[in-house]
Amino acid sequence: MSNEKVLEVRNLSKVYGKGCLKCFESTGPEHNTNICPHCGSVVAAHNISFDLYKGEVLGIMGESGSGKSTSVKNLFFDENPTSGQAIFFDEGKQYDLFNLNAQQKRHLRNHRFGMVYQNPVLGLNFNVSAGGNIAERLLMSSLSNYSEIRERAIELLRRTEVLTERMDEMPKNFSGGMQQRVQIAKALATNPPLLFLDEVTTGLDLSVQAAILDLIMEIQRESDTAMIAVTHDLGVIRLLAGRTIVMKYGRIIETGLTDQILEDPQDAYTQRLVASAL
Amino acid sequence: MSIQPILEVEDFSKTFMLHEQGKELPSSHSVFLKAYPGRLTALIGPTGAGKSTVLKGIYRTYLPSSGRMMFTAENGQQIDLASADEHQILELRKDEIGFVTQFLHTLPRQSTEDVVAMPLIKKGMDRTVAIEKAREILGQLNLPERLWGVSPATFSGGEKQRVNLARGLLAQPRLLLLDEPTASLDPKTTDRVVDLIQNLKSTGTAMIAIFHDMDLVERLADEVVELEPPVGTENFFNSSNEVA
Repeated sequence: MSNEKVLEVRNLSKVYGKGCLKCFESTGPEHNTNICPHCGSVVAAHNISFDLYKGEVLGIMGESGSGKSTSVKNLFFDENPTSGQAIFFDEGKQYDLFNLNAQQKRHLRNHRFGMVYQNPVLGLNFNVSAGGNIAERLLMSSLSNYSEIRERAIELLRRTEVLTERMDEMPKNFSGGMQQRVQIAKALATNPPLLFLDEVTTGLDLSVQAAILDLIMEIQRESDTAMIAVTHDLGVIRLLAGRTIVMKYGRIIETGLTDQILEDPQDAYTQRLVASAL
Repeated sequence: MSIQPILEVEDFSKTFMLHEQGKELPSSHSVFLKAYPGRLTALIGPTGAGKSTVLKGIYRTYLPSSGRMMFTAENGQQIDLASADEHQILELRKDEIGFVTQFLHTLPRQSTEDVVAMPLIKKGMDRTVAIEKAREILGQLNLPERLWGVSPATFSGGEKQRVNLARGLLAQPRLLLLDEPTASLDPKTTDRVVDLIQNLKSTGTAMIAIFHDMDLVERLADEVVELEPPVGTENFFNSSNEVA
């Protein structure tokens, strides 16, 4: 990890619904809900602020509906935030993420960001082969020569331990763990400085989970990629993240070094969460 | 002789707030101590005096409730570990502050020599060189060579402890925290550990250590700080007994 900032998020909020003036004051952990009682809107995330440094893995932990995935989806342009600011620092340039035009957003998504979804259907194109999925992403970047692209795709699949003999097969023929590896290979294709991991191991067999986590840790050791890992799994947080944010009802309720969050949690909710771990 | 302390802990206290039980549990109260380059400060006191809590507070695994912990970084910067930014703490853990505990948490899929070499690799050392150094120190600590290539997950307590020590000592931090590093070692291996700690001291590493054995305190400590259990802990245990 170095002292270079990759991402700075300030006061990110996302409301689903028409929203009203009382939405924020009537929701959150102290109200035990993220649904505004006045207008019925869902406050999925409110006042989310954090910094991410080069080579760092930041964990975002919380139960379903806590807003952890929403935060990441806004940063990857899958959703548009209601308010807030996010600055991405890249090769001496600064990008004000929520004030970019569609073309600039596409550029960052295709070249500088990587995303691995819980559901491979979201991250992979199921109408083309595994190799084709990676080629798609490479075609959008600088590589245009067929053999170069195929060479790079083979290299990526080998690194993520996908049998390269199967690269011309369709993703639907692959197991869940294998689909996840292809997704990771695709996300890494352009060597992005920022990688989002949204519940990447949820729903996989334990042995497959372990292999995927090993792969992510290896990538982290070998590159300076900054990562945001969204998960409800304390084990994943313990393994991957140096720092952790705990969310509930759309709000950050606690943030700290991961070992401190796990051994000396401050908030009552985090204490319960940690105490209920197996 | 006037060597400057690398760490100065002033009036450190830690109280755990247990929300579920609605209780406060005082663990360390008003601790003062200093650590100097090339010297070892031993923490002594009965069980419950909060010795481990002080070490975890310095490492920031526990958030201190009050007090200051002024650390002088290699670049001369004065950092209060109690309030330092998390990124700054992570940097210090990587480069300057090490912790050897009684317990070892590792992945069942990582070999012992990898575990020991990891801090050096993270600092940027070439992998083969780091592994070479890891093997050397594992040998010095009498860990049988047949174990180097397998994961420490299934090791005995004493073997795990040696892996932990090997990793902590090899990293040569500027400040090393040791929490009962020899608790389950035989006398012969303990002697090796004493030698290695002496060697590391002579290179300038400052240490704060908890030993269960007073003989080790006598052999290794340059300063001794005695802790008392915080006032009120008896009450805590009494009241919880009443509830039960």
